[in-house]
Amino acid sequence: MNIAYNFAFFDEGSKREIRRATLKAIAIPGYQVPFASREMPIARGWGTGGLQLTLSLIGKNDILKVIDQGADESVNAVNIKKLVAKTTGVKTVDDTAEATLIQSRHRIPEIPLHEHQILVLQVPLPEPLRYFEPSEFITKHLHAEKEYSGSWLMLFEQIMKYGNMSTDADHPVMVHDRYVMAPSPIPRFDNPKMDHSDALILLGAGREKKVYAVPPYTKVVSLAFDDYSFEVERFEGACCRLCGAEDVFLDELIQEETGETLHQCNDTSYCISRLNEGSASTTRTAAKIGGVAE
Amino acid sequence: MNEQDTPILSINNLSKQFGPGCAHCRTGEADRLIKNYCPKCGAVYACQQISFDLYPGEVFGIVGESGSGKSTLMQCLYFDQEVSGGEAYIRTYKNGKVNLFGESSQQKRYIRNHQMGKVYQNPILGLRMGFSSIGNIAEKLIAAGSRDVGSMEARGRELLEHVNIPSRRMKEPPKNFSGGMQQRVQIAKALSNNPPILLLDEVTTGLDLSVQASVLDLIKQLQRELNISIIIVSHDLGVIRMLADRTMVMLDGKVIEYGLTDQILEDPQHRYTQQLVHSLL
Amino acid sequence: MGYVAVKGGTQAIEESIQRLKYERVKKGKVMEVDSIVCGMRGLIDQVMSESSLYSETLAAIAIKQAEGNPEEAVFLMRAYRSTLPRKHYSRTVLSDDMRVERRISASFKDIPGGQILGATTDFIHRLIDFDLMDETEEDAKQWLHAFECQVEEEGPDKTDLNKLPKVLDYLRAEGLISECQEDDEEPEDVTRTSLNFPASRSERLQVLTRGQTGAVTAFAYAVIRGYGQLHPTVGELRIGDLPVCIDNPIGDSDPDDAYYIGEIKVTEVEMLIPVTIEKEHGRKEIEFDIGYGICYGQNETKAIAMGILDNSLNTDHPEFPSQDQEFVLFHIDSVEATGFVSHLKMPHYVTFQSKLDSVRKTRRNRNEEREGENR
Repeated sequence: MNIAYNFAFFDEGSKREIRRATLKAIAIPGYQVPFASREMPIARGWGTGGLQLTLSLIGKNDILKVIDQGADESVNAVNIKKLVAKTTGVKTVDDTAEATLIQSRHRIPEIPLHEHQILVLQVPLPEPLRYFEPSEFITKHLHAEKEYSGSWLMLFEQIMKYGNMSTDADHPVMVHDRYVMAPSPIPRFDNPKMDHSDALILLGAGREKKVYAVPPYTKVVSLAFDDYSFEVERFEGACCRLCGAEDVFLDELIQEETGETLHQCNDTSYCISRLNEGSASTTRTAAKIGGVAE
Repeated sequence: MNEQDTPILSINNLSKQFGPGCAHCRTGEADRLIKNYCPKCGAVYACQQISFDLYPGEVFGIVGESGSGKSTLMQCLYFDQEVSGGEAYIRTYKNGKVNLFGESSQQKRYIRNHQMGKVYQNPILGLRMGFSSIGNIAEKLIAAGSRDVGSMEARGRELLEHVNIPSRRMKEPPKNFSGGMQQRVQIAKALSNNPPILLLDEVTTGLDLSVQASVLDLIKQLQRELNISIIIVSHDLGVIRMLADRTMVMLDGKVIEYGLTDQILEDPQHRYTQQLVHSLL
Repeated sequence: MGYVAVKGGTQAIEESIQRLKYERVKKGKVMEVDSIVCGMRGLIDQVMSESSLYSETLAAIAIKQAEGNPEEAVFLMRAYRSTLPRKHYSRTVLSDDMRVERRISASFKDIPGGQILGATTDFIHRLIDFDLMDETEEDAKQWLHAFECQVEEEGPDKTDLNKLPKVLDYLRAEGLISECQEDDEEPEDVTRTSLNFPASRSERLQVLTRGQTGAVTAFAYAVIRGYGQLHPTVGELRIGDLPVCIDNPIGDSDPDDAYYIGEIKVTEVEMLIPVTIEKEHGRKEIEFDIGYGICYGQNETKAIAMGILDNSLNTDHPEFPSQDQEFVLFHIDSVEATGFVSHLKMPHYVTFQSKLDSVRKTRRNRNEEREGENR
């Protein structure tokens, strides 16, 4: 028994079907389009939604970058990259600017994306109203009627309890003044990058069988109140211990010997390119950078 | 014309039936139904051709036994149920020119959020039991468009104080409260967006007598202060006597009598109303 | 030369895969796919059923590769299934055409055609057979020969196993089960469109038959134990082979031109569930509702459980989670459930960092408040 797989794993019919759902998603920004999510060679919940989008879109000339929690070298990113490369033979890179297709879990890269790029985000729970209302039947109606009191009420309750909005990642956004959308568990720090983005942003939820999109130059606003504004994570004076970057999302590391808290760029490829720009002549290898990846 | 003379809400020929009906019950003959249901196919005619007007600042009572259709009528008015036929107009919505029942569900939500408040017999239907009491009030304000936490909190505090919920308990969820307190939170929630119309469905049923009295007093007091128009439904003529200016009596899905409350109490015309009034004495 | 990222992840994965293979072969022996097909009928049937892919050979390879872990084997099969184009759709398969191997009814002692016990573990004593420790192929062959001789001596059975009547038809003839119309509507394919609620019956049955055996059984158990108030009886349970045919691709759909492409073994169950029906003038009668279960292979518990859930999900007013379509259908799929539970192993440090920020912010606010009060 010797069986070969098709280019990009799927049969062409499946790819077309997923692309049709994707087109619909682009046409209705922020709306969750149900699609016939396939079982993939990686586990449900491990990025199958993003993977299906990537595989349905990828062509022979594409250049792929995959990141997981900011790192190109995280095991799950490596694993997805390996699968796509194995079934397509496309070139994979770490450099964000060079990639045409970027699949990411829980981060939007630090350098601004450009028009010819597509960012695919992996989504665990696409329904922003799910914790307010468990029934899919009802949440579908709430979206149809643009009834989003629930989203604001959740935030109001947090303010009553904790004195401020206590959302972490996945802070809900309003897309194109119409649909409230879960931006996927990106940190709040990345929410503003979705607004009027030059690149097309696609979001895929494999287990929940939904695709949705933020087309280029679409208005995306993080939910907030008039007197309690949306705030991104703060790192108060901290900077990356390797490249010195300040206005980026930082990982917190604890130095074992001293117990001191150190910070380091979460976006590893951004950090490396800064290091290379800053010291083109040095020949140090950044052994420690790999250390942040799994 | 005087504003007080034009109704705030007009209901014309509201009908609600459950089940498709059959050749027998669709004839419209008077004796085709047993009480309100068809003996052949089991279709229930819960509300049949109900019409009435509600005037600004008045309290309109609807009285009847269970199965008379009064609660179904209230559900239809708040869009909890779809009507089978009929029209409704609110003076303050699109100048009273548009039939509410013909509007999209998105518009119906708008009407509910801006023009009405409702207090249910069962607080579970009107409140989110696990959210804070003040959050419950904010929900209605958010739905009506407010995005300012400070003003919502102030409004919630004011209303909850008004209905005698101590301010230290405002952040507690209603599930921690007694039945009477839950009902008072519901009333505060229903009033939060200053709706011109308030619907009260058996709000005191199931409460202890002393608690009943305090809730009724509260409603009376609020009505006088806010000059709000109220429709109150009850099977208890005592509640109606205490609150309603005018009253409509329902039986088996039909209106059998209506007029000034005093008039109905003193000179009931229909045999059923007579029984009701006698039982009150 | 500039800075480069260390390829720690790539290397770690390679090593891990090596290690996994080592675990599979380290004792120096490998299982032949053929011996899995021959000796692991139960596991193969379960894996085929949960994967909704009927191939004993593929299931055996998957089981070998997964070292006998059914959740992993089902996963492999499902992922492979995703790559298969749909070249043909079979003609409607009628379960009346089943070549029956086993068939029982719990409702009637004597059913037309008779009860056929067939192969079942129902009446064995669960005592470990220590002789299996030393069983040889020679033993097996000898036993087989003796068994076949005995069958020959007894002569052929007079029952036509290809056309056994259905138990339910008798109840229907008596008017105890409501007549149901033939529903020739094209079923919706849950693997090609996503579920919408309320789900159609065809969608419900598909999700149930693909469900994880343990999950389907557990939910059905909850229904009959108290969270669902059903008191079902097995009207008929049958196991046997069903012929599958496809239409001639270049002809029309004349059944005589159809191609026979093989047989599938299935377990089919029709459950009887008494319900009260309101008749004219408020008169009440008891009728029997049906719950239908079918799955690939011999999976009797699962098929019965499916029949129970089919019926319990058929209500518009769920009182219990076990009657709630979303609650049951969204959570019984092996690949989905195991995938999402296991994804918690993945790194979540960005999300955690974000949570940390939010917790610190809350603390900071509290402290500022307190300081304000003290001032």
